[in-house]
Amino acid sequence: MEKKNKLLIVDDEEIVRQSLKAWFLEDGYEIDIAEDAEAALRLYEKNKYDLILLDIKMPGMSGMDLLIKLKEFDPDAIIILITAYASVSSAVKALKNGAYDYITKPIDPDELSHVVKNALNQKNLKDENIQLKTSIDEIIKPENLIGDSPKMKEVYSLIHTVSQTDTTVLILGDSGTGKELVAKAIHLNSKRKYFPLVTVNCGALPESILESELFGHEKGAFTGAHYKRKGKFEMANGGTIFLDEIGTISHKVQIELLRVIETKEFMRVGGSETIKSDFRVIAATNENLQNLVNSGQFREDLYYRLNVFNIQLPPLRERGDDVILLADYFLNKFSSAMNKKISSFDEEAIKFMQDYYWPGNVRELENAIERAVVVCHKDKITLDDLPFKVIKNVKEEEPLTERSLEAIEKKHIEKILSENNWNISKSAEELQIDRVTLYNKIKKYGLRKNN
Amino acid sequence: MTPVILAPINIDNHFLLDEIIPELEYISKIKFIIKPLNIDISKAFSEERGQYHSTIILKLMLENLNEENSKVVGIVKNDLFIPVLTYVFGEAQLDGKCSLVSLFRLHEEFYSGNSDKNLLKQRTIKEILHELGHNFGLIHCKDWECVMHSSSSIEEVDIKGIKYCKSCIQIINKKLKS
Repeated sequence: MEKKNKLLIVDDEEIVRQSLKAWFLEDGYEIDIAEDAEAALRLYEKNKYDLILLDIKMPGMSGMDLLIKLKEFDPDAIIILITAYASVSSAVKALKNGAYDYITKPIDPDELSHVVKNALNQKNLKDENIQLKTSIDEIIKPENLIGDSPKMKEVYSLIHTVSQTDTTVLILGDSGTGKELVAKAIHLNSKRKYFPLVTVNCGALPESILESELFGHEKGAFTGAHYKRKGKFEMANGGTIFLDEIGTISHKVQIELLRVIETKEFMRVGGSETIKSDFRVIAATNENLQNLVNSGQFREDLYYRLNVFNIQLPPLRERGDDVILLADYFLNKFSSAMNKKISSFDEEAIKFMQDYYWPGNVRELENAIERAVVVCHKDKITLDDLPFKVIKNVKEEEPLTERSLEAIEKKHIEKILSENNWNISKSAEELQIDRVTLYNKIKKYGLRKNN
Repeated sequence: MTPVILAPINIDNHFLLDEIIPELEYISKIKFIIKPLNIDISKAFSEERGQYHSTIILKLMLENLNEENSKVVGIVKNDLFIPVLTYVFGEAQLDGKCSLVSLFRLHEEFYSGNSDKNLLKQRTIKEILHELGHNFGLIHCKDWECVMHSSSSIEEVDIKGIKYCKSCIQIINKKLKS
């Protein structure tokens, strides 16, 4: 059971005490309140507080005097002073006297929550470090990262190795193999887990809004910028930024990213202040980045900056019995969401799922099971409940009658092209050959789209 | 199970709420109904700040509600505050009956000048489920994927998840059963 942090709020105004108490109760803290310095001291004698919020101006002993007194008792006490009037001299005095921070009423909720969280995080970090050191050799997995196959066990081991470092990670794998889940697992197992994992889908970012999206903007930076806005890199402070579909970004964006990743510094659009952010970078792609570097589409320096530690995710067809583990998980998920009592799959459906090629990987399996749960009217999913497209692909898997290698190659290339609707890049990737080789084979065997 | 009441306060047009009900119900597995509430909230207005004191509106809601067993989430279009803070997105009675959500700072126009209806819907769903979670006794969750994660800025509202995590939904279900 996690320890609850205990806070003491000292303010002479009833409404402020009650507002702050209600606000912090929602954070799960234990709260005591005191209306003046004397009451605060009485409470402090009997209790241990992780943090004290103190109003500077109070009748009787002032907040500043109380700060000095509390610091005499306990030099490690974390005290944040609150004042209605901001003045540099009183802020300097407060910090000199050992206050952790100084904030002005009315307080920006974002500022209040961050000041308090940062203070407590620092305090709690010591215990946390001890816990990390003694943690067992297992990783915490996001609920839907499932699989016991040797290939997935290798992935878990890599996640375990890299998560407790700040190393940049590049996750490679086909669409639907679960790259985002692996990023999540790395984040969850790192010391950054209480800070956010901020996902940027690079493929979906139009260049025009990219700067503001990544770096934020100041109020009035452009028409319509009515309010200051933090960007993704700033939001990832303390946590992890996950750059998905990194292979799709333009040259201009590649330069920007390289700079920010290297310096961890940037300015908001329309701003003059340099903002520092402590983030860890995880990138992912389903493209062959090395090929993109070779063809000049991806900057080599950025590639090396990202590819410090890479994790290759296996396609579903290479994960053996994981297909059934995953199918059971999705069946359970969708049948309880749709309030249906479907307990399992029949043998034919299981055999089919084991033999199928799953070009769309786990995502395709998930969609297939969702659809099957919708149409199934019995207590078991049958082959008929699985999606039409999937069934059709299986029927196409006729036994090979040809004997020559060339004939088999021709048939196989034809099949992959047709499955990918003649998308050359995707087909070449699946066939694990480059596009030029694929074009040569198409020419050699006289393949046509209509075939 | 008694449905949760979404109570637009002094809002004539509640298309937005109509549109988000299916998603609210899908995520929470709780039934929602819309029941407009017309009350005079001028008492809660602060001339000095140009905002409405959310705790006072919550009190007014409690005085004007008849429903015995339902949780009620009031929705206002006005900007809200509590005295010590510059603004709040909403306020809830922890483990209580009523909560309040303001749409004012959920509009993307407020920040960038660009209207984004889909984003407004997502933010409204998150804030309703968040305040309702407090009504069910939930405190802030450490899981960023959970809608009960604290969010004191709009960027944090956007980053956090839209669903309750496993342990938060379990607490709600327990409360519903009891």
